[in-house]
Amino acid sequence: MTTRLFPGLRESAAVVLAVALGAPLVHTQDLKSFEQRITTKVLPNGLTLLICERPEAPVFSYETFVDAGDVNDPSGESGLAHMFEHLAFKGTTEIGTKDWPDEKVALEKVEKAEQAYEAEKLNPQGSDKQKLGELAAAFKQAQDEAEKYVVPNQFTEVAERNGAEGLNAETGLDDTQYYWSMPENRLELWAWLESSRLTETVPREFYKERDVVLEERRMRTDSNPIGRLIEQFLATAYVAHPYGRSSIGWPSEVSQITATEAMAFHKKFYVGSNLVVAVVGDVKAAEVMPMLERYFSRVPAGPKPENMTTVEPKQFAEKTVFVREETQPFYIEGYHRGSYKDPDDAVYDAISDIMSNGRVSRLYRSLVRDLQIAAEAQGFSPFPGDKFPGLFAFYAVPLPGHTPQEMATAIHKEIDKLKAADVSDEELGMYKTRTRADLLRGLADNQGLAQALAEYQTRYGDWRELFKQLDRVDKVTKADIRRVANQVFVPSNRTEGWIETQAPAQDKAPAGTNGGAQ
Amino acid sequence: MKKLLIAKCVFGCAAVGLVIPAHAQEAKPWEKIPIPPLKEFKPKQPKRIELNNGIVIFLQEDHELPFVSGTILIPGGARDEDPAKTGLVDLYGQTWRTSGTAKMSGDQMDDLLESKAAHIETAGGLESTSLTWDSLKGDADRVFSLAMELLLDPKFDAQKLQLAQQQAANAIVRRNDDEAEIAGREAAKLVYGHDSPYTRQPELKTIGAVTLKDLEAWHDKTIGNRLLIGVSGDFDPVAMEAKLRAAFETLPHVKAMPARNDEFHAPKQAVYFIDKQDVNQSNVQIVGLGTDRHNPDVPALAVMNDILGGGFASRLFQTVRTKLGLAYAVGGGTGFGYDHPAKFEVEVLTKSVSTVDATKAAIKEIEGMNSQPFTDEELKRAKDDILNTFLFRYDTPDKVLGERLRLEFYGYPADYLETYEAALKKVTLADLTAAAKKYIHSEQLAILVVGNGAEIKPVLDALQLGPVKPIDIAIPDAPKGGPGPGDGDQE
Repeated sequence: MTTRLFPGLRESAAVVLAVALGAPLVHTQDLKSFEQRITTKVLPNGLTLLICERPEAPVFSYETFVDAGDVNDPSGESGLAHMFEHLAFKGTTEIGTKDWPDEKVALEKVEKAEQAYEAEKLNPQGSDKQKLGELAAAFKQAQDEAEKYVVPNQFTEVAERNGAEGLNAETGLDDTQYYWSMPENRLELWAWLESSRLTETVPREFYKERDVVLEERRMRTDSNPIGRLIEQFLATAYVAHPYGRSSIGWPSEVSQITATEAMAFHKKFYVGSNLVVAVVGDVKAAEVMPMLERYFSRVPAGPKPENMTTVEPKQFAEKTVFVREETQPFYIEGYHRGSYKDPDDAVYDAISDIMSNGRVSRLYRSLVRDLQIAAEAQGFSPFPGDKFPGLFAFYAVPLPGHTPQEMATAIHKEIDKLKAADVSDEELGMYKTRTRADLLRGLADNQGLAQALAEYQTRYGDWRELFKQLDRVDKVTKADIRRVANQVFVPSNRTEGWIETQAPAQDKAPAGTNGGAQ
Repeated sequence: MKKLLIAKCVFGCAAVGLVIPAHAQEAKPWEKIPIPPLKEFKPKQPKRIELNNGIVIFLQEDHELPFVSGTILIPGGARDEDPAKTGLVDLYGQTWRTSGTAKMSGDQMDDLLESKAAHIETAGGLESTSLTWDSLKGDADRVFSLAMELLLDPKFDAQKLQLAQQQAANAIVRRNDDEAEIAGREAAKLVYGHDSPYTRQPELKTIGAVTLKDLEAWHDKTIGNRLLIGVSGDFDPVAMEAKLRAAFETLPHVKAMPARNDEFHAPKQAVYFIDKQDVNQSNVQIVGLGTDRHNPDVPALAVMNDILGGGFASRLFQTVRTKLGLAYAVGGGTGFGYDHPAKFEVEVLTKSVSTVDATKAAIKEIEGMNSQPFTDEELKRAKDDILNTFLFRYDTPDKVLGERLRLEFYGYPADYLETYEAALKKVTLADLTAAAKKYIHSEQLAILVVGNGAEIKPVLDALQLGPVKPIDIAIPDAPKGGPGPGDGDQE
């Protein structure tokens, strides 16, 4: 589940992770070649710089990987990490402002006015309508005052004018990622822009951006039947861990996030020890490292923030959630599994590959080709994140005339086969071969490589794990697959969700009315 | 999971109305950062080989990774199919590969290829069909000969056609579930017409009418000496050329697709509405007729697009998203087709209650192209945006190959990109003003709103652009939905 600054073409983080984590297998000579081309350096403030030289064309891509996402949102403030990500494009004390000292004063007034308005709105005795109106007007006026100091979108304008390609950011439950590509002669300019926004973010135009995020929620979740179901599905599957919380945020919570809260989030989580910045492309580490060090040393040092510590209790109740809508049916189910650190992580990947990868996969051959009840059927994992224990999920899209219940029955039949008998040597071999080839294919793309290296450096403390994972993939056995299937795919560990098609009727309430702030 | 895809032009540019005082920001630290000259870079061009029978092959060597991949482009696509069998080319593209060859069924081919992490795929498009393959270097010969077998000796299978028809039927009955999909599809019809070859849609009846014979006839009609081939990756160029010559030189003559004489007319200004009661956000499409890349005004239009809706600094983005906070996605501009006019399209996604405000704001910015003079700053910024990212059109060998194939397919000169880049550099303020005058006519833009009628207040009449015309998107012959299973899975 990922939200991002604006709609784009990049695969969702869930997919990217599945490929990156599922893949690695490479010749040792490849790892050796990367050893020669990759330089890492941990700065005194704790920030890790990683440079991978790939001089195929005079361009580079970067990825800033922040080891904090929406699981780190405090209770009652769902969507905060994502709100901050939007703020990171609004400029700094130096860019995007006409006069920072005066703007700072104006922004402080905005916060005061917002607090006064919120306080009256939430007055336990009931808010006074006239007073609320006045406070709303005062809040609006304070924002208009602050607006006078804004040079709109200057940060992104400077980046775009200097050739930033694919500029975007995304906030997942586990982490936040910023990225773009640029011509190589703009490396220093990029270093200034990126280090500035990590360091000197200001709460500029925060309340307007909050409305933009609410629009993003309407697009992603409220206006899409499957988006609506998935939000309910995750909220049902999890009782304690924030993986069950809407990642873009519940409307009432997003609409009440304040700039003060966003800046507090920044202060706590955007410290050197929580950041990895990877650059891949036509750069020479020996030449540029001192320059990068100079810029990125500006990021404040700080202790690595403590991790989110809630542990989802073991599920013992089988759960279902369904919606009746005037839309086509859909089926999804999920089983709790371990995190990326689970020793069986590669076994989950093997199961996912064998059940889902292409026209040879078991679910395709059974539900789509032979039974002819589904247009698509797949298993995927981990979902909605992998840093903490996520779900192993299966979904199917019924063909016209077929029901979600038929999908469930057919999927369970395939799961039972996995538990009762070993997979074939060919199936296991395919998984290992494809994993290796997929990793290799990804190595010729600066942006994809920057993402993977930064992620592995963050998660394992060593980018080499991207390649070394090969060993774990190689070790997966048929017995492992049966053992894990029998352990995990049991009814008491399951949540089922589906959409039932409702005939057109008069009495339905408009969907997405779960408190959408307007 | 599922994600709404929105055209990349959605984000957006410089503010009208947000006047930045001249004395603003005396210190611009980023301007003091040195920008050295860009390293000299001549992208490696593929080798072009023309066979005696007219087939053209491009070879792009690239030894970075141990893979070989290829593409065969075959002229003729969905716009050339019988309207009574709309969907035929799509079914052909799916069934061709899943059926397999006379010697090897599609399922056997799946097993073989997947064991090698290799792929062979076929697809049907609007203007062409295609066959592609890729594999590790060590498997390249085997996979290529299999691809050739599929090209020359396919065996269309009734069950696989039925499977493809089921998938197509599924897509038809689901086509009204997603708001963005409805908006994109119906907006195109407002531009090209309901039954145009560019917009007509498959129905249960038209896909049901497609037979195995139709697929075979399509194949026989298109496979011959009009293919265009691109191969890239880690191979020996001499051996590869010899192999490709041997494989393709003997292909027989086929007739060209009949020349198209499509007529295109700009829509008339009007407001159209599709009620979708399960959404809380409106998808607004403001559409008209765009142009094609033969048009010498394209460079000026490209710069104008950037100013209107091409980035964070564009007028639409600055106003509708940044200043008014009315949209997450907003942007667009004039589209350029290669052999027919694309659409002009501006898209705004906004919460139901602000539909009218956001639409008005977007229209105002579009009309502003003719009333708000372009500034030197806008021109310079837009050129910087476009020219500084131009490199990314050819920064990988595969992109260079893809571009050459495209140019060859549509009959453009090989140096098109260079000429285009040079022309972009020369665009002046006068060019922009002239282009806006010539191409931006709000009375030739149709406005489509897909949204929740009960929530849209004020109602669309407030746009004051004439009576709002509802569009019926009911699916002919669709099965009526009924209650689902109700109970959970019984085991």
